[in-house]
Amino acid sequence: MMTLILNRRNLLAAGGSFVAMGASGLLLPASAQGVAPTESMPGGANNYQKGAPIVERIGKGGFVMSGTVRRAGDGAPLAGQRIQMWAHTVEGREDNPRSHGATLTDKNGAFRLEMPQIIPVFGQPHGHLAYDSGDFKTVFLRPVMKSAKDTSLEAHFVLQPA
Amino acid sequence: MKEKTALIRSALIWAVLAAAIGVPILLAATSPYLQWRDAIYIAASFAGIIALSLLLVQPLLIAGYLPGLSVYRTRRVHIWVGGVLVVAIIVHVAGLWITSPPDMLDALLFRSPTLFSPFGVVAMWAIFAVAALALFRRRLGLRAWRITHLTLASVIVGGSVVHGMLIEGTMETISKAALCALVIAATVKVVVDLWSRKKRAATELP
Repeated sequence: MMTLILNRRNLLAAGGSFVAMGASGLLLPASAQGVAPTESMPGGANNYQKGAPIVERIGKGGFVMSGTVRRAGDGAPLAGQRIQMWAHTVEGREDNPRSHGATLTDKNGAFRLEMPQIIPVFGQPHGHLAYDSGDFKTVFLRPVMKSAKDTSLEAHFVLQPA
Repeated sequence: MKEKTALIRSALIWAVLAAAIGVPILLAATSPYLQWRDAIYIAASFAGIIALSLLLVQPLLIAGYLPGLSVYRTRRVHIWVGGVLVVAIIVHVAGLWITSPPDMLDALLFRSPTLFSPFGVVAMWAIFAVAALALFRRRLGLRAWRITHLTLASVIVGGSVVHGMLIEGTMETISKAALCALVIAATVKVVVDLWSRKKRAATELP
């Protein structure tokens, strides 16, 4: 009787692990394709101005905003995508057109644009970024700096079809 | 001798109050962030700092902890300071609205990304509620007025302290924390004193 129970347990355990293996075997390739799209952040679109020009740098620069743009699903880097950014900096307020600028991603889907030093405004040192070109769904991000003394900030986009 | 110690005690209390309020304001006035803010934003910021400072004055006034003022005088001043508090909050919110309308709107609609915003907005409504109720306090009756005012005052103090402490702005951190600690201590003391006096009065009744 005892051996029977043990055998049954072993059988159940083996069966369970087989099911688990099968399930993970099915899930693994799915997760590689399942890079989730980035959702817009609350307040991300505040003081957004449509169509900021592509610039070498915003103002006198000194602060680096960088990040990546990838495609949802397979996570492939997206080249030539226009990313717009703005913030309250030492050179102007968020709603000042000169505080806004845009840049394009390189072949690795990376972007980098210098802007003036961001300073805390409305209680938090933060920046704003937008993808708004229309090929993919519009995304507004509002990353927060760990310290107001930071001289760089990163933001990463995973875009889904519009 | 007794008069002399009373005088020193009185001077000390006023000096501590002046420092608790004056030092944070002076340090905020030297904040490097001010050079990148315009006049309206600066006015809005300082209206908030002044409002926080007044939250220390209010419990001290109404409980009669400030020496040299008669009971009648302290009650009058408490009501006036309450009015100034309402004006300070209106200047604070209006100034921030002008500075960045979408950020202020997010805060008022409780959809702001910053955690401190809802605490500030709740405290604002509690201040407005006290001011509105104060106009009808005689009709409310002393007991109902006291309970609602003290409850709302606790919401105002709790909300404002969390709001202030979570903000990264012109206020210097240590002086801000010290002011907030004193605001909480003064409020707790007033509530506890009132409670024990009421209890004592109840037991002394025949």
